[in-house]
Amino acid sequence: MSQAIARLPRPLAIARYLWSLIAVPLVAFLLALVVGAIVIILSSTLVLKQPFDATLPLTAYQALAQGAFGSFNSLVGTLVITTPLLLAGLGVGIGFRAGLFNIGAQGQFLMGAVGAVAVAANMQHSPPSLAIPAALVGGALAGAAWGFVPGFLKAVSGAHEVVTTIMMNYIALASLAWIVSGPLKQAGSNPPTTPDAGPAALPILLGSTGHLGILIAFGAVPIAWFLLFRTTRGFEIRAVGANPDAARYAGVNPRLMIVLTMSIAGMLAGLAGACTILGVSHRMNTTFQTKVGFDSITVALLGRSNPIGILFAALLFGAMRAGAPPMQINAGIPVELVDFIQALILLFLIANVVLRRLLRLRGVTGAEQTGFQTITRSYGEGVT
Amino acid sequence: MRGITKHYPGVVANDHIDLDLRRGEIHALLGENGAGKTTLMNILYGLAVPDAGEILIDGRPVKIAGPSDAIARGIEMVHQHFMLIPVLSVAENVVLGEETMANPIFLDKREASRRIRKLAGRFGFELDPDTKVQSLSVGQQQRVEILKTLYRDAQILVLDEPTAVLTPAETEEIFTLLRNLASEGRSIIFISHKLHEVLELADRITVIRRGRVVGERRPAETDEKELAEMMVGRAVLLTVDRGQSHPGEVMLKVTDLHVRDDRGTEVVRGIDVEIRRGEILGIAGVAGNGQDEFVEALVGLRRVAAGRIWLNGRDVTGASPRTINEANVGYVPADRHRFGLILAFPLTDNLVLTSYYKPPFAHGILRDGRATLEAARKRVSEYDIRTPSTEVAAQTLSGGNQQKLIVAREFDGDNTLLVLDQPTRGLDVGSIEFIHKRIIEKRDAGTAVLLVSAELDEVLEISDRIAVMYRGKLVAFLDGRTADKNQVGLLMATGGATDEPREATGSRT
Repeated sequence: MSQAIARLPRPLAIARYLWSLIAVPLVAFLLALVVGAIVIILSSTLVLKQPFDATLPLTAYQALAQGAFGSFNSLVGTLVITTPLLLAGLGVGIGFRAGLFNIGAQGQFLMGAVGAVAVAANMQHSPPSLAIPAALVGGALAGAAWGFVPGFLKAVSGAHEVVTTIMMNYIALASLAWIVSGPLKQAGSNPPTTPDAGPAALPILLGSTGHLGILIAFGAVPIAWFLLFRTTRGFEIRAVGANPDAARYAGVNPRLMIVLTMSIAGMLAGLAGACTILGVSHRMNTTFQTKVGFDSITVALLGRSNPIGILFAALLFGAMRAGAPPMQINAGIPVELVDFIQALILLFLIANVVLRRLLRLRGVTGAEQTGFQTITRSYGEGVT
Repeated sequence: MRGITKHYPGVVANDHIDLDLRRGEIHALLGENGAGKTTLMNILYGLAVPDAGEILIDGRPVKIAGPSDAIARGIEMVHQHFMLIPVLSVAENVVLGEETMANPIFLDKREASRRIRKLAGRFGFELDPDTKVQSLSVGQQQRVEILKTLYRDAQILVLDEPTAVLTPAETEEIFTLLRNLASEGRSIIFISHKLHEVLELADRITVIRRGRVVGERRPAETDEKELAEMMVGRAVLLTVDRGQSHPGEVMLKVTDLHVRDDRGTEVVRGIDVEIRRGEILGIAGVAGNGQDEFVEALVGLRRVAAGRIWLNGRDVTGASPRTINEANVGYVPADRHRFGLILAFPLTDNLVLTSYYKPPFAHGILRDGRATLEAARKRVSEYDIRTPSTEVAAQTLSGGNQQKLIVAREFDGDNTLLVLDQPTRGLDVGSIEFIHKRIIEKRDAGTAVLLVSAELDEVLEISDRIAVMYRGKLVAFLDGRTADKNQVGLLMATGGATDEPREATGSRT
């Protein structure tokens, strides 16, 4: 009986497995495009009173794709925007695996940027070979600290991470404004800005904007995958997420894992912030803002908390963000369409149960904590 | 049901099964864990679609595409795990999906309560429709489940192992109720693998093995032995020969142990006990007398409020689960889904749940996938765990195979102590025989065994010594070979006559 192992031919079995993994994200994306197309037509005919044009959505999507992948420079632009999404998305995804709903990527990102700038400001006379790693580590540690606090609070008092990470986001925002206009303000700057990253600025490797951070982000994917699926630490993280009681019996300390996971998540989001400030803007003003923190949650969900899935999800979101401005110029469709499509993707993902039924998919065998479960059971649950 | 066939990847769950159910009949469906009983009933209830075959009601073929179709045709199912909402009242649970409305907006709760009270009265049981389900005992919750089906006027009732969680007294009450229902002309399908219950209750018995019907019997023309053989496909020892024990030195020593439950109530109130190498101490007791908390404290999962635990002469009071585990203590938890398994993880990971971090399964922080897989394959075949592969999630296995998975993991190596909490709950005769044999083997190899069971027969059959647990204390110690069932039963119920007899309050969820 135990020999009666599934007799499906191997390639077919693998194809089925892959399909069961990507079907829902893929269909969610396609449905979002369809609804987006309807809205494009409706808004152009009803609001802008233009003549009915059934090909307008195609024109828009084509312009979007063109803007994201059309030339070498646009491709590099996509990779640059993908970089922080990928790093922060990996952090959120690892959190989901441990059953933690980390909404704090936003604050962790900002503090990572602040940490990197602070180190850079104090290393204006060091060689890049020293300044760059130091600034990156500074950003990663600042982000990790911002993740550590909610993790620690949850471990010792059961304070829910959804609440505490949101609070930490506000604290990060206010701290940033103070640090930029206070301790790190460059003398004489008005409005206040920090000094230029100087020697800590990341070198450009690709085209005119492709900085070192791209390599760091793509390199983080196999590392995160390896951590989760090939190390004992990753096993412990996943075990705590899937069944904290059994994990405790297995000898894992769930509190420790919560603190560790939140710190890793913060570190990755902080690194995202560091790469953005050191690789793109090089200096920071009080209104330094980003959507990365919240986009990364959708990225992690779309990638099913799997590092490889997150890679594709981040590329998709990066491409949409990169292609949006050219789309507005060339097809006259406002960039906000991309926000709209991203929101629709999230909506369809959360309607995951309905999609599965429509697609006649059975639950993926071995379905672990992959984000949806974390969100749905996330409220009002303490740790024992 | 005619020619029902259902394939799952790698398994034929149902292979041309024919089953006929007569009006007013209690029909028992008997089979091992994973034999296909549950699949067959899921097909009847519309939860699964058969690959072939048809269902006929009153001679007419019907199509059942979902539970709503089944309910519309008067088919109702009481699941093994209750589908009740704990924070709602009995009445609210019963009317759920079939609400009586005072007007289009508001429920008519009073009318609902009145109808439920009337219905309960008709079948001779008391239930206050306004109590919250969470405050009911397991037996009462079961009655709510049955009431739910009656409220919708079910003609065909399917009960999936209804007695698995009940005390003997509660079981008797449910049987009376089921007989009443049958005498009213309702038909009942009763799924069980407790042979004596099936013989006592059923009008007819259909036995399924590996997806096929192997025979049909009437209780009068068969006995436990034959049914067991039909189920398993070979001769089965209903009672394992426990042989002689040769107790060695003291392995576990517990002095004046006090433990609190999750609500802070002291439920273990001073336990003193010693277990020697090579002996089985059985703890008999009605569920909910502190047994689970006692064993959880022993394995480090629950804090000790007072008292000491010594393992092999070493004080392990307050030690972590890992420390205890590294002292080669095996633990089979009562709730296998909580402490025993990570259901979403594959068999491979579950089989190394307590040893994933040390060689050969890990080197430093790197896990060794090959060693893990090899160990898993070995244990799957050694313990006859029925699974399509070692890579599937533990949740895809039947309950009995999940239990074997835990036993395979915890019985590995030279155990000093085995702590077994309800090790055969919900298992079929074949699996019980298998696990009992392993327990005896372990004892003979010099392991000290602590066996907690709500099944008095199990405790009597394999224990060398018996302790009776009553309200957090061990009130009596008896010799396992000479103990009298009635005497132990009385001790379980009264704690030794000094106390007033109390009703069992086995309310666990």
